[in-house]
Amino acid sequence: MTNKRRIGVYVCHCGGNISDHVDVKDVARTLAGEADVEVARTHLFACSDASQQEMIDEIKDRKLDGLVIASCSPKLHTFTFRAMAQRAGLNPYQYVHVNLREQCSWVHGGDKAAATAKGINIVRAGVAKCALTHPLTPLRIETQPRVLVVGAGVAGMRAAIALAEMGLSVFVIERENEPGGWTSQVGWMGPDHQHGPEVVAKLLKEVKNHENVVLYTNAELTAKSGHIGDFTVTIRLCGEKDLTLNVGAIVVATGFTPYEPRDGEYGWGLPGVVTLKEFRQLLEEGDGPLTYRGVPVRDVGFIYCVGSRQTESEDCPEPNTHCSRFCCMATAFSGSLLHEHEKKFGRTINQYHLYRDVRTYGRLETVYAKARADGALFLRWDPSDPPRVEQRNGRLAVKVKDTLLGDEELEIGADLVVLATGMVPRKNGALDDVLKIPKSKDGFYNEIHIKLRPVETAIDGVCIAGTSQGPKNLAESVASSLAAVARTGALLKKGYVDLEPLVAKIDTSKCVWCNECLKACPYGAIERVLYGDKEVATVIESSCKGEGACVPICPQDAIVIEGYRDDQIVAMIDASLKETVPA
Amino acid sequence: MTSGGTTSRDPRILVFSTNSISDPGIDRAGSAHLHYSTAVQVVPLPCSSGVKPSWIVRALQHGFDGVFIAACGGDCAYLPDCTSRTSALVSRAQTLLKEHGISPKRLKMAGLCSVCADNFVAHMNNFQQELKRVEA
Repeated sequence: MTNKRRIGVYVCHCGGNISDHVDVKDVARTLAGEADVEVARTHLFACSDASQQEMIDEIKDRKLDGLVIASCSPKLHTFTFRAMAQRAGLNPYQYVHVNLREQCSWVHGGDKAAATAKGINIVRAGVAKCALTHPLTPLRIETQPRVLVVGAGVAGMRAAIALAEMGLSVFVIERENEPGGWTSQVGWMGPDHQHGPEVVAKLLKEVKNHENVVLYTNAELTAKSGHIGDFTVTIRLCGEKDLTLNVGAIVVATGFTPYEPRDGEYGWGLPGVVTLKEFRQLLEEGDGPLTYRGVPVRDVGFIYCVGSRQTESEDCPEPNTHCSRFCCMATAFSGSLLHEHEKKFGRTINQYHLYRDVRTYGRLETVYAKARADGALFLRWDPSDPPRVEQRNGRLAVKVKDTLLGDEELEIGADLVVLATGMVPRKNGALDDVLKIPKSKDGFYNEIHIKLRPVETAIDGVCIAGTSQGPKNLAESVASSLAAVARTGALLKKGYVDLEPLVAKIDTSKCVWCNECLKACPYGAIERVLYGDKEVATVIESSCKGEGACVPICPQDAIVIEGYRDDQIVAMIDASLKETVPA
Repeated sequence: MTSGGTTSRDPRILVFSTNSISDPGIDRAGSAHLHYSTAVQVVPLPCSSGVKPSWIVRALQHGFDGVFIAACGGDCAYLPDCTSRTSALVSRAQTLLKEHGISPKRLKMAGLCSVCADNFVAHMNNFQQELKRVEA
């Protein structure tokens, strides 16, 4: 048995999480005798400081050149052990992680012998991969201390101010004539009675007064080149003049579009059927008691979930399956505003809230409670039998089966029927072609990880904020905007960024420049260069995402992804199939 | 049947998972303490669009009874058309398998989301049942 490598294999008990179901000592004993393994032992908790120190000492003392850690899922501790390898003087990319807990002990309880045998197989595959690692160096890129914010709604402006306060230069571009977005049109907002236009005016004043922020209206992003930390962007001003800027990062806060009901959907198109926004304008505009087209309003029906939580049907082939989050609160809050109006003008207005579920979560529950106390009547309908709105004797009639009254069908006469329309993804046209931010199934921009990386996108250096990512109320929108600021600030204030070196590599001796990889790459990471006297493909490492789409399509088999090279995967397959010799 | 990790009746399955989508889904089966056969073994990759058909042939020639591609599906953070790219690879691999006299039924692909724990276990159980019926 020849040892080409000096690999340390550390098998974790994870308390008993692994060792109760996998004989970790047997795994270590078996691996200890195999090729390329210098040492194999177990640790009670490999991630503990004490265990890490022992491993560091051993890596140094025995001059290990590879590290295999078999413990929990790599999602938990890859960075822990990369950093540990670094402290031990070992290249972090010569460490391989084996998932012995989530993908072995926790799913194979009850048969310790079989689980142990599988454990041996998967650690062997890890060793085989590790034996073929070589040191890799992250690509270090200097970052530019400037940010482009796309969209000057509340999320965009709030981000701009916070980034400017960090000392970064900020360019905010807004496609429309006026900044402010939707908040400037909504009037009073729950739960704390703040006025949308006032909130916007205050932010706009800060934006305009801050020396680090420049705001462009009638401005659109038309081109982007470069990479994380150093982008060149082209902004078209007023549809004619182009402006070129150099920025280190981009925050996208392009907002949403309100759902537009289909003709006839809940009576849409009939006089008196209005959206929530239109209703609020009616309520705020007049200086007397509420009227609609000159007729006093005495009964108002609110219909919730219009354009949200839809299911596929003939009428609705592309349903919006999501909840729009803000509408329950905004509609219930409108109930209280209507009640204030009643009191102010001393005229009773009956209000009926036709809902599916009331999702006034968290503190917003107080808004719902107040609406009920203010006289709003809530009736629950079932999506299999939604309310029907008809015109009757110059008024509107809403038929609804109240599921809480034993499906009794009620008919409510109304002067106004208010549709609580949800949020749908905004059509950003050319911007999507320029930024190439992936979208999720609902059509909104997609984050990398909904819980752990909620504002970063697959495009490094581009964060999403506010409702461009999905429906949010204003507080949530600002929270997400400031999260994008935190990620952007962390990137740019450091001054440099280290990129994962796990990217594509082209074997120039095999490559004959057939163009296939260029066509397969959506990131523009492939370029044609002259190598000696032949044309070959080369990888722009800072643009490559390392997903590997170019690998199987290369007719010459000339491309690998570092960390997932062909020889490594083949070695893993072969090692997994090795006969287990009892130790 | 070959080596350890396997009871003699369970067909051995090699799963190619993806780091940010399907592998977390498979992990979740573990977090939920669901149960599947020890004859299932996972190799994570960045994205299912990067699986080489030659790996599939090798795995099946050398002792795995089935290869399952746990694809990113529509959730892929890299490629909006990840599913169609992965499907194209699967077709190519199936042709290659036929050329090698291996039943294309030994290769299966399904999109697996990052919380699809139950789905994964069901896929493994079903695939093992199917593999028992595959001749050659």
